[in-house]
Amino acid sequence: MKKVYVHITLKQGVLDPQGKAIQASLHSLGFQEVEDARVGKVIELHVQDSPHLEANVQEMCQKLLANPVIEDYRIEVGEAVRS
Amino acid sequence: MRFAVIMFPGSNCDYDMYYAVKEILGKDADLVWYENSNLSTYDAILLPGGFSYGDYLRPGAVAAASKVMNQIKEHAAKGKPILGVCNGFQVLTEAGLLPGALLRNQNLSFMCHYESLYVESDQTLFTSEYNPGEVVRFPIAHGEGNYFCDNNTLQSLKANNQIVFTYQQNPNGSVEDIAGIINESGNVLGMMPHPERAVEAMLGSDDGLRLFKSLVRNWRETYVANA
Repeated sequence: MKKVYVHITLKQGVLDPQGKAIQASLHSLGFQEVEDARVGKVIELHVQDSPHLEANVQEMCQKLLANPVIEDYRIEVGEAVRS
Repeated sequence: MRFAVIMFPGSNCDYDMYYAVKEILGKDADLVWYENSNLSTYDAILLPGGFSYGDYLRPGAVAAASKVMNQIKEHAAKGKPILGVCNGFQVLTEAGLLPGALLRNQNLSFMCHYESLYVESDQTLFTSEYNPGEVVRFPIAHGEGNYFCDNNTLQSLKANNQIVFTYQQNPNGSVEDIAGIINESGNVLGMMPHPERAVEAMLGSDDGLRLFKSLVRNWRETYVANA
């Protein structure tokens, strides 16, 4: 069993109003150095290890986890976990 | 003409849609639970608004991956009219039956009020009872109705007259004020505003009724007049 992290973010060029609100809020707290903020999500999967693990997670991203029209994703295969 | 109103867990405009078609339009309609459904005996499929699967992951994403969508895709390919309103529109884009996606409203707020819309095309199964350029009033009720597509998609939507409704005053940041689009073959319509909530004057508008009347008339002309 492996831990797999799928990092999903809105594509560059897709407006992220949540990120804009966070940026404005950070500015109002005095963090003027923040030039951009974008919000994404991390999905943590526990997947049975196999030679196809990464290809299968790719397919999961294409079919469900990410919407390729608006989102980019990055797959990170993490540490082994005991089942 | 028989209508199927698909109910997903979390749909909440299913009864509004059913009421509009059954009670106001006066046609056969069934509320159809999404699992184990057989849609082949229906002439049109309606995907109602709501929060299917609690909007988990992305609005419409989990419903779009459910088995009933395989059936809906088959019927769409055969030319059966399919209407997705609000969450139904989100499901249709997530399923790839319509291009683009619905993002968070630009102002991050859930909005629930009447909007004035332009009918951009009366050349569809759903809008033939309207006049082109006519202004109609439908309610909106959404937090993620900000239509997005890339520039190439937008150009092809325009070239094929697939933009059916636009907002007079864009409430949510949608590209080109888009409120509703149709697929290239003209039988799958998705829209954020709710025509089913604008079917009698006491609701504030009955402009939505003609959308359903258009469907009935076009169905009758195709299947009854030629029979």
